[in-house]
Amino acid sequence: MNPWVLYALSGVTVFSVGLVGLFSHEHPVKRILASNIMGSGVLLVLVSLARREPTGTPDPVPHALVLTGIVVSVSSTALGVALARRIARLDETAEEGRAGSDAEAGGGAG
Amino acid sequence: MTMALFDACLALCLPLLAWMVLRTESLSQAVVLFVALGLLAALGWARLDAPDISLVEAAVGTGLTGALLMHTLSWTDERPPDIVARARRRPGSLLALAALTGVLGWAVLALPPDDPGLTREVDARLARSGVEHPVTAVLLNFRGYDTLLEIAVLLVAALGARAVNPRTERPSPEPARDPLTGELFRMMVPALLLVAGYLVWVGEHGPGGAFQAGAILAGGGVVALLTLQMGAPRLSSWRVRVVLLTGPLLFIAVAVAPLFSGRDLLEYRRDLAGTLIFVVELALTATIALVLLMFFPGVRPARVSGGKAP
Repeated sequence: MNPWVLYALSGVTVFSVGLVGLFSHEHPVKRILASNIMGSGVLLVLVSLARREPTGTPDPVPHALVLTGIVVSVSSTALGVALARRIARLDETAEEGRAGSDAEAGGGAG
Repeated sequence: MTMALFDACLALCLPLLAWMVLRTESLSQAVVLFVALGLLAALGWARLDAPDISLVEAAVGTGLTGALLMHTLSWTDERPPDIVARARRRPGSLLALAALTGVLGWAVLALPPDDPGLTREVDARLARSGVEHPVTAVLLNFRGYDTLLEIAVLLVAALGARAVNPRTERPSPEPARDPLTGELFRMMVPALLLVAGYLVWVGEHGPGGAFQAGAILAGGGVVALLTLQMGAPRLSSWRVRVVLLTGPLLFIAVAVAPLFSGRDLLEYRRDLAGTLIFVVELALTATIALVLLMFFPGVRPARVSGGKAP
């Protein structure tokens, strides 16, 4: 068996693990992790498809696409993480507003 | 034989680690496992003859993403993991996993087993691209659109992250006092600049380029940020704005310029292509480094009201 088949199947499995994880978790950080794992799986399949010819240089077009993909996935991760931080802060403010006797603690964040 | 065994082990380890990342109850443990997964994936890509991707994955996909997620954990609440971080019990999930893997695996196996893809086409036109490395040629010449739009995605993500958390713009709460981290950072800076410069230069004829160099620079910046050597870059500062816009604007100018002499968008003149690509890459390096750095919020301000039950 060619090594690319191994890595492609591995990438497919990583993708489906990530997809199932995405649907079975509720914590935002876990979901971000799951979507990153899905991305890794897709990229692994792409890179192994670029290496289908055993000799010579691999296909550079999927490689360039994967480079773009990694950077886009880090952007989406950063945006997701920023949203998660925001949610955490809003939750915190809401809890403080509920627990504390100080009524104006809830209205601080804009 | 040894290599085949190694490939098989690696191909098995990747899904296993992914599974562990999602099963672990502790969030910080999950992030550490995720970093391990990324490093193993980088190893796999090196085995598939993709050194460029291996470099970017190790620096951006694993290093920066891992640091970002770790940093986030200090901002979000570490609630008791049994409530939040554990997966809901879904009896069908294993079944769905197996079915999905089967279908996708069948699709992959149905592909022609030895297809060179676009290798021949790229090789035939490499001499006209102005660079010697095929991946750089594809990224900045043959498929320049992708890279141009990718920079736009990066910028939008940075702006979005800042818009959601406008208060992360505050400067670091206190100046650096730890002499060890300060000295370490001072020793690190020249090496970082050297490595980044080398990566931009080498991108023309080997694995390397703007993304790798930008990621290295951003990594240094994150260390500076976390050791309080530097405040988080503020979007309101004009210097930050200039650096953010240099890369995209220069790239757009280079892309649009051929239109005035009757050629297509992004169609460089052949004798200028090498120089143009290098200049664009240099500008992109600065922008990418700053954008990646801006994804990191500053140090979390001290809690005013403590006393939260763990």
